[in-house]
Amino acid sequence: MTAGNLLRLGLLGLLLALVLRPDWFTPLFTPLAPAGGPVIYARSSLLSLSLSHLGLVALASVAATLVAVTLAIFVTRPVGASFLPLSRTITNIGQTFPPVAVLALAVPALGFGSGPTLVALFLYGLLPIFENAITALSTLPPATMEAARGMGLNRWQRLWRVELPLALPVILTGIRLSVVIALGTATIGSTVAARTLGEVIIAGLLTNNTAYVLQGGLIVGLFAVLIYDAMAQLERYLAARMGG
Amino acid sequence: MIEIDNITKIYDSARAVDGVSMTIDTGTITVIVGTSGSGKTTLLRLINRLEEPTSGEVRINGQSTLDVKPHILRRRIGYAIQGHGLFPHHTVARNIGAVPQLLGWSRDKIDARVDELLDLFSMAPQDFRNRYPSELSGGQQQRVGVARALASRPDLILMDEPFGALDPIIRTRAQEDLRRIQQALGSTIILVTHDMEEAIRLGDRVAVMDGGKLVQYATPADIITHPATDFVADMVGDVERPLRLLSLTPLADVIEDGHASGTPLPPDANLRDALSACLWTGRSAVPISDHGKVIGRVTLDAIRARAEVHA
Repeated sequence: MTAGNLLRLGLLGLLLALVLRPDWFTPLFTPLAPAGGPVIYARSSLLSLSLSHLGLVALASVAATLVAVTLAIFVTRPVGASFLPLSRTITNIGQTFPPVAVLALAVPALGFGSGPTLVALFLYGLLPIFENAITALSTLPPATMEAARGMGLNRWQRLWRVELPLALPVILTGIRLSVVIALGTATIGSTVAARTLGEVIIAGLLTNNTAYVLQGGLIVGLFAVLIYDAMAQLERYLAARMGG
Repeated sequence: MIEIDNITKIYDSARAVDGVSMTIDTGTITVIVGTSGSGKTTLLRLINRLEEPTSGEVRINGQSTLDVKPHILRRRIGYAIQGHGLFPHHTVARNIGAVPQLLGWSRDKIDARVDELLDLFSMAPQDFRNRYPSELSGGQQQRVGVARALASRPDLILMDEPFGALDPIIRTRAQEDLRRIQQALGSTIILVTHDMEEAIRLGDRVAVMDGGKLVQYATPADIITHPATDFVADMVGDVERPLRLLSLTPLADVIEDGHASGTPLPPDANLRDALSACLWTGRSAVPISDHGKVIGRVTLDAIRARAEVHA
């Protein structure tokens, strides 16, 4: 086993222990908790918070991927080329808007809970995926595209059999960035009562309990690192298969 | 038979291809040769409608190419290009089988065809079938590209500088392979090149393009001995002219009885090879041997006589 795989396995083990067996860490966190106060977050199970957190991120990322990739496909066709600047502007605005502001503005419309968080994560996720998809779809090897047309693939066949598979590694890079941003941003969702790991962090901040903050932070951080790494591995595998 | 009938392509008032007409016989190689910007590639792309003609039409066995949807038409026409354009995410077998698959051939039939073509190009099927293009050498990639163009046994194969990206040694081999395979399969090929040497070596007929116009369409010997314009003469080159002419005649045509010493040449070598052998080794004749048996000789005088006929 390589050092990298050993490290991965170690981090995965640590993450699982933090989520499933938080009591194991009581001795470690006790010095950080206020004297006599609770050490391990117990108001709701860390597992259910993690699943809810990941679920929100997954839902928002899938939606952002579908919209961003569809949009990128559209603006890289001759018909849609004139919409390229407009769609860039829109996705850029999505990125510039601070997530807290999105949450604040979305609450009156969608109420407290997961809704505003989903909107914020979705808007935040669009830009990296969209930009990467555009880059990937507009820099495909010209000889391959020419051959695909010359041998009689129609538009759809070219898109599904050649363009998207070849663009996939670069699009995946965009999705990876977007997912990692969303994992972090989702913690803020707890301020508007979305069930995420942010709950643990915020509870810690409110009660001056560093042990809580550290627990929540560590779990989110480990999820981010491990998911980032897994997706990077997948990209490397796909890119290698395409002779990259 | 392919008939190109008064075809013209105009881009923003520039006539890229200007009223070109030519008839191409089934089972032959026609080479379109010209400098860059001569319209040779555009002419080729007008045939499979990668470019739409401004006026005129192309007929394949009597049927106008304008009567068929472009992507359906292209499935009937093989297409090989410079830099091969293989699908990097598909194996060699899937690349070669791409057009048969589009045409709805059965799995077994495609597999058999892929193996047959790999054999034809001297690539052992069991070694190459499942490789990806990035795992092949440049010459192998190019062969797979040509095999892909041949896969569905198309009526017509178009090739745009197919050997342009190969180094000279591999290019010569690829040209010989193409000649051999074309003769074995009886395919009709139209090939575009900027290299007159390649045109003369491969073409049954050579079409010279200049400024969008077809300036001469003739056999290689005619192009060399009777260039229609100064441009054609320039393309052939004064210095190379006699040598190019000699390269068209196989030794079998001028063989005579008699003795000669030194390393023999095969009867399908050409007069230029023989001349080169004579000059290099100081001989005045070379023996010709067919499968190890000497069948005669070719003398320097006979070679000279051939080169001077047209003076």
